[in-house]
Amino acid sequence: MSDLEIRESVVRGGIGQSPLRPDGVSKAEGSYLFSSDLSADNMLIGKTLRSPHQHARILSIDTSKALAMQGVHTVITADDVPGKPTYGLISSDQPVFAGEVVRYIGEPIAAVVADDEDICARAIAAIDVVYETLPALTDARFAADPESMEIHPDGNVIREQNVVCGDLSVVGDVIVEDRYTIGMQDQAFLGLEAALAIPDADGAGVECHVATQWLHEDLAQIAACLDLPETAIRMVLGGVGGAFGGREDISLQVHVCLLALATGRPVKMHYSRSESFLGHVHRHPAEIWMRHHATQDGRIVKIEAEFIFDGGAYASTSSAVLVNAVTHTQGPYKCDNAYVRGVAVRTNNLPCGAMRGFGVVQACFAHERQMDLLAQKCNLEPLEIRRRNAMATGDRLITGQTVESVAPVREIIAGLAAIPEPSETLHSNGHPYGLPGGAGNTTRSSDVVRGVGYGLAIKNLMYSEAFDDYSTARCRLDDGVITLKFATAEVGQGFITIAAQIARSTLGLEDVRLDPIDTGVGSAGSTSASRQTWMSGGAVEAACLKVRQLIFEHVAATTGGDAFALVIEGDTLVNTTNGQRWPMLQIVSGLVIDEEVEFRHRPTVPLDENGQGDCHTAFAFVGHRAVVDVDVELGLVRVVEIATVQDVGRALNPLSVTGQIEGGIAQGLGLALMEEIIQRDGRIMNPSFTDYLIPTIADMPPVVAQLIEIPDPQAPMGAKGVGEPPTISSTPAIISAIQNAMNRSGGADTHLTRVPIRPSDIAKAVNSNLRD
Amino acid sequence: MTYTSDEKHFELTVNGSKHQVKDSFLGASLLSVLRDHIGMTGSKGACEEGECGSCSVLLDGNLVCSCLVLAASVTQSSIVTIEGLGGATDVQQAFVECGAIQCGFCSPGLVMAATNLLDRNPDPDVDDVREALAGNLCRCTGYGRILDAVQVAVDGRKRNKL
Ligand code: FES
Ligand code: FES
Repeated sequence: MSDLEIRESVVRGGIGQSPLRPDGVSKAEGSYLFSSDLSADNMLIGKTLRSPHQHARILSIDTSKALAMQGVHTVITADDVPGKPTYGLISSDQPVFAGEVVRYIGEPIAAVVADDEDICARAIAAIDVVYETLPALTDARFAADPESMEIHPDGNVIREQNVVCGDLSVVGDVIVEDRYTIGMQDQAFLGLEAALAIPDADGAGVECHVATQWLHEDLAQIAACLDLPETAIRMVLGGVGGAFGGREDISLQVHVCLLALATGRPVKMHYSRSESFLGHVHRHPAEIWMRHHATQDGRIVKIEAEFIFDGGAYASTSSAVLVNAVTHTQGPYKCDNAYVRGVAVRTNNLPCGAMRGFGVVQACFAHERQMDLLAQKCNLEPLEIRRRNAMATGDRLITGQTVESVAPVREIIAGLAAIPEPSETLHSNGHPYGLPGGAGNTTRSSDVVRGVGYGLAIKNLMYSEAFDDYSTARCRLDDGVITLKFATAEVGQGFITIAAQIARSTLGLEDVRLDPIDTGVGSAGSTSASRQTWMSGGAVEAACLKVRQLIFEHVAATTGGDAFALVIEGDTLVNTTNGQRWPMLQIVSGLVIDEEVEFRHRPTVPLDENGQGDCHTAFAFVGHRAVVDVDVELGLVRVVEIATVQDVGRALNPLSVTGQIEGGIAQGLGLALMEEIIQRDGRIMNPSFTDYLIPTIADMPPVVAQLIEIPDPQAPMGAKGVGEPPTISSTPAIISAIQNAMNRSGGADTHLTRVPIRPSDIAKAVNSNLRD
Repeated sequence: MTYTSDEKHFELTVNGSKHQVKDSFLGASLLSVLRDHIGMTGSKGACEEGECGSCSVLLDGNLVCSCLVLAASVTQSSIVTIEGLGGATDVQQAFVECGAIQCGFCSPGLVMAATNLLDRNPDPDVDDVREALAGNLCRCTGYGRILDAVQVAVDGRKRNKL
């Protein structure tokens, strides 16, 4: 075939290519409207009053002074919620406004609406709330204790879930165990929470523009609280400045709609950075004990573990996060026998819920630290112990579920081993950024020790445990132009780019337009759980396939051929029986076809009390190698390079995949080295970007990424979700590399068990004279 | 209203045009005046304390965090915002083409910082770029594609000079 023929039948911007984001130019030029940029004529501003107490009874709320202020339109409290007083993703346990009791510092108590921000702030200060403080439950370890006071009518235990399988009497020749701590991480999306609610002229409904991950779930929760039919509320996606799980729960949605309906005017609410730390759920801090039993040659024979997840004051997605953690205890390794106990509890701390990696981040940190311990005990290289235990397609998990997904764990390990390590540069000669401590000029290069470490992970994709997980898409063909409609939240990940690519490849047409993202079509489910490429991508593909089938039937009817003989090659329709070819654009001229599809993944089942059942849909795998330079005297770390091999099924858009990998690794690096919300008695000590540090461009090392593209037969177009895996095992890889550097400099008897790591964790271990 | 005495009318020169600012609180930041009074929402606020760089603008040619500048103190200055770059500059194009933009909330600030760097130093090495952009947080990209975009813009300018 000549070049010309190949070029002729290619559709530009199809899958496997990297066409540009449709919103890229407007974002680069500043004209793209984020939800915080929205405004409307006659608009008022709303603001939230939050609890200063961790646990207290509300004796009275006096809003009269605030109401009397000029420019204040109204003040609402729990008494003004017409419908359900509570909301929540899995259980509806969180009050719209605290009525009788506040359960964490930052819990909403009232909201004011006024002419401007400044009046709002003064009105908030003028609301008089009388509290009777109550003792607070701050330590998750005591929350499940029957002796502890109950802080919520639903009890302190959100969920207990064990996973028990195989022969529990098995004892390994080699046993390693430790306790691990994972700090509370923040999603720290840059675009702060914001929404604009516009009431209908007749006051019977409202339109809400909001930055969210799941419009329809918001809609259902808002409608219940407002006591309105869902048809009375229209949800429109406001430009979303990142999400990472932090926008899965309701934050200001109900408040802003209530204020708009109460005043009959458009109302905007937006959080400041410090309020944002209070206004959304975080990654669960966790305490994990893990014990691995293995043979002399390093084969895992049994795992025992215990997980305690601090869910904070309200449930959010804690129960699902816990299930993810306990069911991923083994990591991407074979294991026949396990006894795992897990509990997620309520405390009077900040509520926790979804964040990229969703429970697996915590489990992976523990199992990967354990693998390093095991390697040390068995005298094996870190990659060798992982290779010996690597799971493969067809293996049974500790839940009894068989891994049907492509599971290229051995390929990942081989890939990591094959990527050349960066050279040991002379630290003293380079730019100060090359040194741990950076431009602070604190590090002597003689104190710098290089370390190399590894992390591997398995991550479930999509929702689990019998959740009715689906996505809806509509494809309209009109005279050669395709228009797609879906409610899939574009939060930056680039679904809008691949949706168009999928349509182009499926239909052989290049002109694809996207309708606004709103609730004018069925639910797409959440932009979370690495699920939108599979679910909404699957829905777009299925809708386009229906349209394609109708095109084939139309062509068959008009040309007298057989519809089954027709295929689309690039931008050309081909009759495979006689080789006849037509440009697609010519074939669809004048045709109008409109098809809508609800796409579901295969069913899953809930876990039984022993944690058995095919609870997950599919899995993706990943590995990371970190190279670090550590100033062992000061405990400072410079990550030199991250190499990664990731199982992606098929890269629908290679540039987007790279972006997900690099961005996910940055968040994994953040958890390893710097990111932690520090609470003291339930109060955040660092609710700002001055004190809650996220990686800058100076902290991020080069990323060497290699993709494993083995199309997964169960996945639409063979493509697995790629968003979460990069975040998961990058964290333990970095800690493992630091451990390696410490071991080389004489800190071998200290096993690193905590993230984020603190300089003192390193320096204390290495400088024995500092040991306390 | 109690703070009427603090209200001032003043004039700002933004992207070459004069803008009358009325009814602004005297303590208002340049960022909030740009966004809420002048209606230019291209500059973003993600921290309002000088940590994220989303609000970066040029003040008499110098890159500043507009959240840290008192609007009323810069009436004599020339202010250039993202809207004033004219659109489709080489830096903006490189950002779009290299995948440096995901959610895009950081992009206006990063584009301002990168543009400013290239104007000051047409041949920055990777450490110069890191240093110049270290005040701009991005939570989505991990910065790899951003470094790539700046390099593409640098190369493009060099080619144009030849
Ligand atoms: S908003 Fe100005 S630096 Fe963050
Ligand atoms: S692209 Fe989202 S913060 Fe940079």
